[in-house]
Amino acid sequence: MKLDSKIPSGPLAERWKHYRSTVPLVSPANKRKLEVIVVGTGLAGASAAASLAELGYKVKTFCFQDSPRRAHSIAAQGGINAAKNYQNDGDSVYRLFYETIKGGDYRAREANVHRLAEVSASIIDQCVAQGVPFARDYGGMLDNRSFGGTQVSRTFYARGQTGQQLLLGAYSALNRQISKNQVQSFTRHEMVELVMVDGKARGIIAKNLVTGELERHSAHAVVLASGGYGNVFYLSTNAMGSNVTAAWKAHRHGALFGNPCFTQIHPTCLPQAGEYQSKLTLMSESLRNDGRVWVPSHAEDAQAIREGRLKASDLGEDRRDYYLERKYPAFGNLVPRDVASRAAKEVCDAGHGVAPTGLAVFLDFEDAIRRLGRSTISARYGNLFEMYEKITGDNPYETPMKIYPAVHYTMGGLWVDYELMTTIPGLYAIGEANFSDHGANRLGASALMQGLADGYFVLPYTMGAYLSNEIRHAAPSIDHPSFAQAELRALELQNKLLAIQGKRSAESFHRALGKIMWEYCGMARSAEGLRHALGLLESLHQEFWSDLLVPGALNSYNPELDKAHRVADFIELGRLMVWDALTREESCGGHFRVEHQTPEGEAMRHDENFAFVSAWEYHGPNADPVMHSEALNFEEVHLTQRSYK
Amino acid sequence: MENQSLRLKLRVWRQASAQAKGNFETYELAAVPVHASFLEMMDLLNEQLIREGKEPVAFDHDCREGICGMCSMYINGRAHGPQRGTTTCQLHMRHFHDGETITVEPFRAAAFPILKDLAVNRSAFDRIQQAGGFVTVNTGNAPDGNAVPISKIDADEAFMSAACIGCGACVAACKNASAMLFVSAKVSQYALLPQGQPEHRDRVLSMVEAMDLEGFGHCTNTGACEAECPKGISVENISRLNRSYLIAQLSGGGTSTGTNTE
Ligand SMILES: Cc1cc2nc3c(=O)[nH]c(=O)nc-3n(C[C@H](O)[C@H](O)[C@H](O)COP(=O)(O)OP(=O)(O)OC[C@H]3O[C@@H](n4cnc5c(N)ncnc54)[C@H](O)[C@@H]3O)c2cc1C
Ligand code: SF4
Ligand code: FES
Repeated sequence: MKLDSKIPSGPLAERWKHYRSTVPLVSPANKRKLEVIVVGTGLAGASAAASLAELGYKVKTFCFQDSPRRAHSIAAQGGINAAKNYQNDGDSVYRLFYETIKGGDYRAREANVHRLAEVSASIIDQCVAQGVPFARDYGGMLDNRSFGGTQVSRTFYARGQTGQQLLLGAYSALNRQISKNQVQSFTRHEMVELVMVDGKARGIIAKNLVTGELERHSAHAVVLASGGYGNVFYLSTNAMGSNVTAAWKAHRHGALFGNPCFTQIHPTCLPQAGEYQSKLTLMSESLRNDGRVWVPSHAEDAQAIREGRLKASDLGEDRRDYYLERKYPAFGNLVPRDVASRAAKEVCDAGHGVAPTGLAVFLDFEDAIRRLGRSTISARYGNLFEMYEKITGDNPYETPMKIYPAVHYTMGGLWVDYELMTTIPGLYAIGEANFSDHGANRLGASALMQGLADGYFVLPYTMGAYLSNEIRHAAPSIDHPSFAQAELRALELQNKLLAIQGKRSAESFHRALGKIMWEYCGMARSAEGLRHALGLLESLHQEFWSDLLVPGALNSYNPELDKAHRVADFIELGRLMVWDALTREESCGGHFRVEHQTPEGEAMRHDENFAFVSAWEYHGPNADPVMHSEALNFEEVHLTQRSYK
Repeated sequence: MENQSLRLKLRVWRQASAQAKGNFETYELAAVPVHASFLEMMDLLNEQLIREGKEPVAFDHDCREGICGMCSMYINGRAHGPQRGTTTCQLHMRHFHDGETITVEPFRAAAFPILKDLAVNRSAFDRIQQAGGFVTVNTGNAPDGNAVPISKIDADEAFMSAACIGCGACVAACKNASAMLFVSAKVSQYALLPQGQPEHRDRVLSMVEAMDLEGFGHCTNTGACEAECPKGISVENISRLNRSYLIAQLSGGGTSTGTNTE
């Protein structure tokens, strides 16, 4: 298969402008006749649905929560980047573009990333106009902060609730369209099948999660804005319901999956406390602006702390190792996420970890409180400190936080071209669900930017290229045989899950899957471990299909059945991720292969052989997936080994 | 405290569907870790029920970080349980004691019909927002974000109102099942910002009308909502809404001239 990324030609900085002014348009009269399904109402889905409806398209949205406002995007804390240069500190579109490419360890497309940086400023304007209450300074201007590994302050924020405020903005725009009947919103609905007619995406089968009924919905195009798949690791910072099912159905129908192994492990999360734990909580990365990361220099001290014989405050400066400041003097505590995460794993593996499990490092605010005063620290991080205390029972004003890396974001996702279309005609993927802009590692505050860029400013244009050719066709009738077949497939799958009647809950399989993925496809990966994981996953797959126990009945409110369905897809995805990690014989960004590191233990890329996007094709749950590749051509940026020393 | 666990008796509301009659069932849990969250305790219960071949308890949840507003349990007679400013998912078992009997019910209100067990339908909140909880601005129409300065005080206050997570605890806590705290928080956010001015009066009237249509009760200023709100939304918002509503009614609705009622 030849992958056509449809990158326009011409000078990089002119491409999007030129594309926009030449892309075919659909007349207002025709837009009314065109229907679009948007699966997902997070930042990407809600912004896309609202913007498409404003243009005049008829839109249907779907989400599995009870309201579009509750999508996982709501949980984003830290902020959103934009190249506004309001702080006059030298930011520009080019700088944001360059840092995103570099931060992604040169595994993203230049043209996409440049476009992202270009539209970033309009996102802020749009959100302000919607009434998003961003933080402001005393003069009434928008405030910014520097965020996770950048040297300019380009991050806009709303206390620790940036995601919620941005999402409520997009949700309000969506509500306006719902009130005008331009959008029909389906909540507590899960997409369980994609419907293809004549090789094009023409609809979905959605399950009403309250009644259990399967419904048919047709459209001229389908947009997947269904979020990331970090929950394949079971424990992650994602919301409990985040899943890969919508994207996986598309993949099974032929949509290629891009860079599945590129996972972001976030360095500042609460460590796991026990087996019962259902998720890990992120402590915003902004904490690293003022907090200092350290472990005891001597393993014996660390052990004493683990056993409760010593406290952090018992150790003087000479017995502390501020390992990030030591190893990376230029960036210190603000090194990119992948670097900070690996460094934490390294010191813990060497026996310096500080929680009873041995898997935690300190994040200490003592210096900052001394320097800036408790009230400044409380104004900056008060809500985060409170949240920490609620969960752990410890007070971070008095004792350092304990943190450990956790799975947070998936850079991989459905492969899309410049127009955000997957390899299935008429099927688009936006937001975290696609693979497009972050390469092998995402910079902090860039996911919100990408989701809203895709939804507000990119997709509404690029869909015109496809839809202008569809005006001749009515949306297919839901009585078309393809709908009946898709519905039958979905029904059979549900029945099959219910019929196993084994002994283990879906949850227990999910946990087992997570352990395999974290152990062998997590922060450090090796060919040997990955091969071993393939075997483990095969057994898990077999066990799942022979020993699963789903209580309850078919046509009813049955969350266990829905969970089992998601876990089934996660198991298949896990296998694909391992394949991808195994074949990418280099280290880059979040993907660290122990065989490929510099003598100092840093990630070593192999640009000669691996400057490409891997795009995988599905051939069945047991057959080997087939890899296609899209070469990455760097015209503007010169590839260097990242260095944060 | 580190590795302690609790023995608990749970009285949980079970109801097969909206139409079915519900009742309390009692379950025992032998070892709940004190550091587990309330929902993790419910996970343990469900694992136990599945092992016993029974149907697990349906309940809403998603983020488990206190921000999505999905979790909604009425615990020992209080919306989101005993800890102030805390959602059900952020409540931890260290706030309960060994041997305790805990009663768990859904959020109850006529406008929030029960779907199953502890899960209720809060779509009424969405419909109220659809009635006017927005600024009319199409994508691409916006002036520069700094074109209109907004005083830090107003921006911060608008943020405080915007912090509502739409959980519905205020309704569940109110003896009249009034949604005034929720509605007034959204109205206030826009009332405090210049972007909200042009549509202010219409918004107030149509959101209040939508609220009444949904069958929420009237506000009699008991303050129970504020006491149970996990995000500290203040009843000040209700006073602001009442003033705005009066002014909007007196002026016969229509588009405001841009004067802030504050
Ligand atoms: C704790 C946390 C903090 C974060 N902080 C930041 C930050 O500060 N800055 C930043 O830039 N990024 C941050 N991120 C990342 C960012 O929040 C996400 O990448 C982004 O919000 C994803 O948005 P989305 O619209 O693509 O998907 P989501 O918000 O995940 O939305 C997915 C939608 O799809 C729906 N859906 C999924 N599957 C189905 C299905 N099968 N059928 C129907 N509907 C379905 C869901 O109901 C939901 O509406 C953070 C992430 C986490 C976990
Ligand atoms: S006002 Fe408070 S209690 Fe009511 S919905 Fe909002 S956050 Fe929940
Ligand atoms: S589960 Fe999201 S607020 Fe409780």
